Amino acid sequence: MSDIILETRKLTKHYGGVHALQDANFTLRKGEHVAIMGDNGAGKSTFVRQITGVEQPTRGEIHFDGKPVQFAGPLDAREAGIEAVFQNLALADDLDVSDNLFLGREKTKFDWLGPFRFLDYTAMRNDTIAALEKTAVKIPNIRNTIQNMSGGQRQCVAIARTATFHSKLTIMDEPTAALGVQETAQVENIIRTLKEQGEPLILISHNMRQVMDLVDRIVVFRRGRICANLRKEETDGQDVVAYITGAKTQPEYEVAEAL
Amino acid sequence: MAETTQGTGGLKYDSSKRSWPNEFNIFIALVIIVAIFELLGQVLPYMNGQSFLFDTNDRFDSIFNEARLKIIILQVAIIGIISLGVTQVIISGGIDLSSGPLVAATAMIVMSFAQTELVNGNPNPKAVFGPWAFDLPVLIPIMIGLAFGAFIGAINGSLIAFSRIPPFIATLGMFLICRGIAQWWTRGQPVSFPTESYAALGAGMMPVVWFVLLAILCHVLLRYTVYGKHTYAIGSNEDAARMSGINVKRHKVMVYMIASMLAAFAAIVLSSKNLTAQSGMGLFYELYAIAMAVIGGVSLTGGRGSIIGTVLGAMVFGVIQSGFTYVKLDAYFQIMAMGAIIIGAVVLDKWRQQRASMRV
Repeated sequence: MSDIILETRKLTKHYGGVHALQDANFTLRKGEHVAIMGDNGAGKSTFVRQITGVEQPTRGEIHFDGKPVQFAGPLDAREAGIEAVFQNLALADDLDVSDNLFLGREKTKFDWLGPFRFLDYTAMRNDTIAALEKTAVKIPNIRNTIQNMSGGQRQCVAIARTATFHSKLTIMDEPTAALGVQETAQVENIIRTLKEQGEPLILISHNMRQVMDLVDRIVVFRRGRICANLRKEETDGQDVVAYITGAKTQPEYEVAEAL
Repeated sequence: MAETTQGTGGLKYDSSKRSWPNEFNIFIALVIIVAIFELLGQVLPYMNGQSFLFDTNDRFDSIFNEARLKIIILQVAIIGIISLGVTQVIISGGIDLSSGPLVAATAMIVMSFAQTELVNGNPNPKAVFGPWAFDLPVLIPIMIGLAFGAFIGAINGSLIAFSRIPPFIATLGMFLICRGIAQWWTRGQPVSFPTESYAALGAGMMPVVWFVLLAILCHVLLRYTVYGKHTYAIGSNEDAARMSGINVKRHKVMVYMIASMLAAFAAIVLSSKNLTAQSGMGLFYELYAIAMAVIGGVSLTGGRGSIIGTVLGAMVFGVIQSGFTYVKLDAYFQIMAMGAIIIGAVVLDKWRQQRASMRV
């Protein structure tokens, strides 16, 4: 029980009449890396939006770190320890690396000054270097503004945020979709580093090679439902594709689909 | 040797590797502009070899033409104070068009509480209120002025943050409202004859002193505090700021309040310097304040700029204005030329931005 970091029970999201997500039962153990796969509109992103607090589920429960949680917004989820990396969403172009890492959670001095309290640049830069080392992120100069960085470096900065705040769960939504070959390799290396460090991760990806390389388990979504839960050792690319396209459904999930 | 880069792939924290500061470009521009006017002074036949910057008469006193330098700095100091606030608003991704009329309205109101009872032994001919408002301690008009500024700023900020009206529209409305207040306050009559302590606020070089002090304060705010960092973050990527847990709405209200309080303080200094307040005061000030910021490298798209840049922008502004007078350019042409310079500064900023985004 205690090694389950995230569990959803009958998690459901309806947009008006559209059943975007239906009765998703999902568990993630500590240190486990799970991939979520599925066609466009299968409910992957909807699922992620519920557990990161971007949207609120219509029905169902989320248990995080042993406690039932209800996130009113993405901030709640972050405070609980769920850190999501979205494509180019959460970085301010005109700020440098450590500014971005600590945005909204700055280290400060003279806190009695309220909104005018002073930034502790030294502490933040030291922590930034530590975070970048921990994730093995390669950034030539942390004083550069994000604006002057490549897509891969930006993604690395976004990922390094998760390491800075000792998050309990990292979620990456297609982290390499817009990246070149080398940059993809860089991001994948970071994911491996997180694995070695026992950080749990949910990876959403269309890239079969990447998924097979990086994760322990694959959960397949189809038409708003989970249709398969596959251990990597017990499956292969063709098998997964069969589940994604609907050629196959695992018996334990078939009941749900018939309803 | 290999150890230093292991695992981090050459990660460096090298403070010497910072990018070329934009402020330096503006400083160079300032030097070039001064040089151009100096050259014009030597070349133009009707100038009789007069020097723009240097003192050619009494070279034992000082090298520079102090009188001209004083005038330049004094001319830009008051609008410069407004520009410090406008800089923060623009960095946060907004714009404030209401500062000029706000100066007029604030000056009218503040002056009414700063009047002295007797002028040369006679009762004050411009008295707005009854005897209770005469010879109040100088702190009272100052507080009233700042409170009025904060109030107008709070309305500006709330309109923009909560009703999602574009800043241009919200502050344009406030522009008219404030001009209206300034005219209504005394039905167009000027308010004059302040107390001695009030008159001291803007006397002599005091506007410059205030400008420098407030510039340092604003620089520290923007560069070293959470307030400043969030101002840049909001202007740079509002969604990211919100996702990061910054209370964007509250912060915007704060930025507009600070800007309007700075404009209100400029009104206090200006009315004190002029010893009078008139409803037509502060004409074009909002535009000149924006111009100083833009010349100083503050990007109208938000997220970029600095107080140092704005101060340099104010200096460029002052030098150009003074230079035009020096080469005896017609006053009408001066305004036109000023407009051209503002357009040029924005075009330059756009061009710089495009080049920066192409580098990626």
